[in-house]
Amino acid sequence: MKWLRSHLVGMFAVLALVYLFIPISVIIVLSFNKPAGKFNIRWNEFSLDGWTNICGVPGVCESFLTSIQIGLISALAATVLGTLIAFALVRYRFRGRSTTNLLIFLPMATPEVVMGASLLALFLNLQFPLGQTTVIIAHIMFIISFVVVTVKARLQGMDPRLEEAARDLYASPGQTFRYVTFPLVLPGILGAALLGFALSFDDFIISFFNAGTLVTFPIYIWGAAQRGIPVQVNALATIVFISALAIVLFVQIRGQMKRKSLTAAPANPATIDVLPRS
Amino acid sequence: MSTITSSRNIEDLRLENLVKSFGDFLAVDDITLTIPAGSFFALLGASGCGKTTTLRMIAGLEDPTSGTIKVGNTDITGLRAFQRPVNTVFQSYALFPHLDIFENVAFGLRRRGIKDVTPAVEAMLELVELAPMARRKPAQLSGGQQQRVAVARALINQPDVLLLDEPLGALDLKLRRQMQIELKRIQTEVGTTFVHVTHDQEEAMTMADTVAVMNAGRIEQMGHPADVYELPKTAFVANFLGQANLFSGSVTGRDGEDLVVATNGLSMRLPAQRNSATGTELLVGVRPEKMTILDEVDAGKIPTGSNLVTGLVTDVSYTGVSTQYLVEAPWGQVLNVFEQNVIVGDRCEVGDPVLVHWAPEHTFGLGS
Amino acid sequence: MVVGVAAKGGTSIAPGAQRRSRTGYFLLLPGMAWLGIFFAIPIATLFMTSLQAPVEGASGQYAPAFQVSNYADAIIEYWPQFLRSFLYAGIATLLALVIAYPLAYFIAVKAGRWRTLMLVLVIAPSFASFLLRTYAWRTILADESPVTTFLNALHVLPDDRILNTSIAVIAGLTYNFLPFMVLPLYAALERLDPRLIEASNDLYANPITTFRKVTWPLSLPGVVAGTLLTFIPAAGDYINAELLGSTQDRMIGNAIQTNFIDFRDYPIASALSFMLMAAILVLVFAYIRRAGTEDLV
Repeated sequence: MKWLRSHLVGMFAVLALVYLFIPISVIIVLSFNKPAGKFNIRWNEFSLDGWTNICGVPGVCESFLTSIQIGLISALAATVLGTLIAFALVRYRFRGRSTTNLLIFLPMATPEVVMGASLLALFLNLQFPLGQTTVIIAHIMFIISFVVVTVKARLQGMDPRLEEAARDLYASPGQTFRYVTFPLVLPGILGAALLGFALSFDDFIISFFNAGTLVTFPIYIWGAAQRGIPVQVNALATIVFISALAIVLFVQIRGQMKRKSLTAAPANPATIDVLPRS
Repeated sequence: MSTITSSRNIEDLRLENLVKSFGDFLAVDDITLTIPAGSFFALLGASGCGKTTTLRMIAGLEDPTSGTIKVGNTDITGLRAFQRPVNTVFQSYALFPHLDIFENVAFGLRRRGIKDVTPAVEAMLELVELAPMARRKPAQLSGGQQQRVAVARALINQPDVLLLDEPLGALDLKLRRQMQIELKRIQTEVGTTFVHVTHDQEEAMTMADTVAVMNAGRIEQMGHPADVYELPKTAFVANFLGQANLFSGSVTGRDGEDLVVATNGLSMRLPAQRNSATGTELLVGVRPEKMTILDEVDAGKIPTGSNLVTGLVTDVSYTGVSTQYLVEAPWGQVLNVFEQNVIVGDRCEVGDPVLVHWAPEHTFGLGS
Repeated sequence: MVVGVAAKGGTSIAPGAQRRSRTGYFLLLPGMAWLGIFFAIPIATLFMTSLQAPVEGASGQYAPAFQVSNYADAIIEYWPQFLRSFLYAGIATLLALVIAYPLAYFIAVKAGRWRTLMLVLVIAPSFASFLLRTYAWRTILADESPVTTFLNALHVLPDDRILNTSIAVIAGLTYNFLPFMVLPLYAALERLDPRLIEASNDLYANPITTFRKVTWPLSLPGVVAGTLLTFIPAAGDYINAELLGSTQDRMIGNAIQTNFIDFRDYPIASALSFMLMAAILVLVFAYIRRAGTEDLV
């Protein structure tokens, strides 16, 4: 009874985590499947086809590379633009702050379908040709807000006395930024960029509205869902899942090692790199 | 006030063979003690000595590994925190930030299903002089005010025992002195047993009727503050409760009521009943303020029978009320000597050869 | 990502540390211009498009007009989808809250050294494609799957099946947006001082009362942020309805998508989008006001 009482929440938590991973295990298991019909939804027979012949189905790898390319460009651009905004918000006073805040908040409170549709409406009205450019424009737009929020939290979590100490120790404003501010905010910026890439890579709705004939990886899956998703898609998704997990775990573990070696400093919540926190 | 000082039967708090271990670490090592009803009891010790663990076990926030906790003859060991007639004033207060002062104080009464809490809460806020603040949130109060809310929130429940976990730790020195007097006043007024955990020996001695000095999970010595201070029974107590100069030596003989001890080539005397050492090897101790420092030329002023050490002054610090000297004895030990600043301008200086003497009745003996 | 929104934004730096200079505007300009051109102007365009009228004789062509009746037409034709969107999203949000709260509580309060790993595990499923994860539920909830068979044995399923019913759509929505609920809840609970729980226990509150009177009210900012971050994308989603539901379970997102891309009825699609956005914003602001936490930005 007492044991149950103190472990009840823990058991719920573990069950919730298991629930989160059920579909993931289905994806991974089905990547080793040899589907009976064209739909890869039921286990039939073990096969390595999806892995040994990963680009075997026309269009899969092309769409995968397209998504990586779009993700890299969008994440880079949005990180630069968003970081600049975050610095302005935290470090400068200016008129129109509430409008600025609203314009950053709204994209996060707007359903993707509305953003996708409204951009499409704009491009149609301007008769702007749809394709990779329009998709990248759209991705940068919806990633910026997430970058601003992430970097801003990091900047606000920074002790302002550190910069004052640098200035006290003969650093010019430029040197203060280069040797103190930037290195301290960098983990936040990298985390934001990683998040931006993930958001872009996995985005379907906004891309679908603005892609025209361009096929990104999610758009490929959407199309394939009607006629049967090839096992190769499961294999590629598994690769993405495992490598993302590896990157995050690596960053976290390295961060923890660093913190352990600096036992004198109390653990600062702002040092979790990929999971931006308050 | 009548709502608070009700004539209840308060009972003694008894800890019997209380043990708490965390893995291999023995935090509380077999404590047995009785805290008399209505007393102000201080558990004093350095951080990690087990005093907070003891307190948390009394509060029901930690389960003892073995042993029992009783109020009177009622065993409360198995009761959970919210079932015990015990309340706590938490370190840094733990006031509920989303509730105002009134609701913080009323919290315990409401949980026990008391309908009309207003008179009791108002009387309580009156007692801690916070009536005008009733509708403020904790964040709008100063540290001292928050501290009083924490006391009020616990006391209003008329617990058999009130536990205070470093209650004044977050306050500055001046406020701390003020609150010490205030807490003492409240305790006298309500008559509840207070168990106070602190690492500040001055705080413990100011407020408590009884102090228990804890070290490594055990109680080293317990008694009235003045008794413990004047006659420590272990080296740890002598050094933790104030300062002490300790000389190792061995008993060589007896002269009437006094023991004669040979130490570092000198002969010292101490009353036999002030010695707690069992063998002949012992530590001879004396408090710094019991010693008198004299210039070598004034050797004639020393009363006969005094214990005497010669030395060189190595440091002088003037602290206003007193002057603290460090004096190096011929065998290299550095002694601490306090002198009241009664006479202005007449002080020894660094490098002066001096005589340090004190009366045998201020000397104590400890097991080494 | 999500936690940032939940974070209290009010901790701006001391006024002395902020400078007023033109540099601030230069830093803001490129990003805000981007948001202005590709977010604000499109929303305005959307509004104008929603009032356009068809060009006589040229099918699929629309000209600027002030045809408010588009909105009436859109509502008359698609009110069930609207209703379903908010209903499904609402139920999914509640379910997510019920599942996420114990998880977030455990990670924040009890996980100790497992905390970081558990947080990573919460976001890890998002690394696998959203579409594939949703599609995987077709396998899990298929008619002869263990889940369906089990529930059928208990006779709790109204149609003896899950896939292609509203249950599957709600299950999919709950699953997909669960991390958006967990992270803000975690952020709020992590800030909760454990001594407040002890103080409550000490003051005669049993664990249930302690939760009701202390833990829950203090975690409200996280609850508000989490429910918003779950509800908003869920209400606009159409992937779950498309992949897991039947044609009877279509949501407003499906209507917008088909009108825009398949029917090319831009005014109706725009009117639907605009109403969805307006409805969500009204709900959000009413909700935030009620919950008394306006520092979401």
